[in-house]
Amino acid sequence: MNWQQWRTLCLRDIRLAMRRPGETLHVLFFFIMTVTLFPLASSPSATTLQAIGPGVLWVCAVLACLLLLGELLESDWRDGALEALLFMPLNLPLALSAKIVARWLCGALPLVIVSPLLGLQLELPASVLPMLAGTLALGTLALLFIGAPGAALILGTRNGGMLLGLLILPLFLPVLIFGALAVAGAQAGRSVEAELSILLALTLLTVFFSPLATAACLRLACE
Amino acid sequence: MTFNWRRYASPPHCYRLISRILPALWAISLLLGVAGLLTGLLLAPGDVQQGEGYRIIFIHVPASWMSMIIYLAIALWAAVGLVLNTSLSFMLMTALAPTGAAMTALSLLSGALWGKPMWGAWWVWDARLTSELILLFLYLALLALRAAIDDPRRADRACALFALFSVINIPIIYFSVRWWNTLHQGPSITMGQAPAMSDQVLLGLVLMTLAAWAYSLAMSFSRLRLLILQRQADTGWVKQLTGACR
Repeated sequence: MNWQQWRTLCLRDIRLAMRRPGETLHVLFFFIMTVTLFPLASSPSATTLQAIGPGVLWVCAVLACLLLLGELLESDWRDGALEALLFMPLNLPLALSAKIVARWLCGALPLVIVSPLLGLQLELPASVLPMLAGTLALGTLALLFIGAPGAALILGTRNGGMLLGLLILPLFLPVLIFGALAVAGAQAGRSVEAELSILLALTLLTVFFSPLATAACLRLACE
Repeated sequence: MTFNWRRYASPPHCYRLISRILPALWAISLLLGVAGLLTGLLLAPGDVQQGEGYRIIFIHVPASWMSMIIYLAIALWAAVGLVLNTSLSFMLMTALAPTGAAMTALSLLSGALWGKPMWGAWWVWDARLTSELILLFLYLALLALRAAIDDPRRADRACALFALFSVINIPIIYFSVRWWNTLHQGPSITMGQAPAMSDQVLLGLVLMTLAAWAYSLAMSFSRLRLLILQRQADTGWVKQLTGACR
């Protein structure tokens, strides 16, 4: 599979997402709304918000990624496009990585772009916002890759959406911990080189290994 | 003629083997359990600092060990099943999962009961406790995944893939929870570093651990027996067997 084919697959998914902007916007608004719930449920005082801010933004991003993953393969599986992909003379893991990257570009990148605004809303200092957006960009990519095998496993199961959370939320934990720690560390003025290195390592590992696992899970679903 | 252990990968042979050893296994687990509890609750001396409350260790530690070992066993049988394509491996994996989940729940529960008098809290966000909770979530996910897929063959493979994928993640999860824990929590509680145990305590612990092993094996094998019958219900040997019983 060459670069041309990979890009074609990726662009196809992006084009499909662009023609149905509703889905992308749903996830974006879900993210914004869940973040908004926290000050309402706890307290709007600056000290509380600053203490919980990085964690809240990260948890909400994790939940939004869960929604994105629920739709990652579902519609393509329903209309048979996924099965067609399976029979094409393509490298399946690479083809799936194109789909995941497309999903990240259309679904997760908008979250990353609005996250500094939400950070300001939660009284995070402006100096932390680049760190917030940066770790979320890296982290959401890792989350989508980690969750992709789960998204393939639930195809055609009962209560797939609920099951997905149960399956992959525990596996999201390392990315969540190091992402939130990096933001909180930057907020406290600590050096966060270690957290960033581990986050990057986790991302690289999952980007490499997860498409292989996803392909195995997908072959099972389409048997 | 050499002994060919691989023939027990065939469900009828395996069924006959475990039917033969199950009563013994149950008896051993019962005996070891009674002996271990007697040693632990009556013979072993009370602890200087913790009084009598420490005796929950005889349940807590074996349950925690089993919870982790069983997940590894599940992953092992998942790998064997995926590589060799043996249906019995998947059945073993399925039979082990509920016992593992029960052991994890027991470990968390006994830990909470132990923690309340010793630390004054049912739950602390310690790295080990948190990892054990995540392990329980993984067990529940495994059980839920099986329950959600109707086709048993697909369910087998889906669970096997998930077990392998998650078992690779467990060390990473444990490492990140520890990292998080050292950053957030002061040195309020130090677990581990057990003071030197007296011989009776050690004996009780060994007996209870062996009892937990025997119980887990007996329970999983009992479940495996039923699974074999269920999966092979329309084969000749099962029909013969059930016909003979009738």
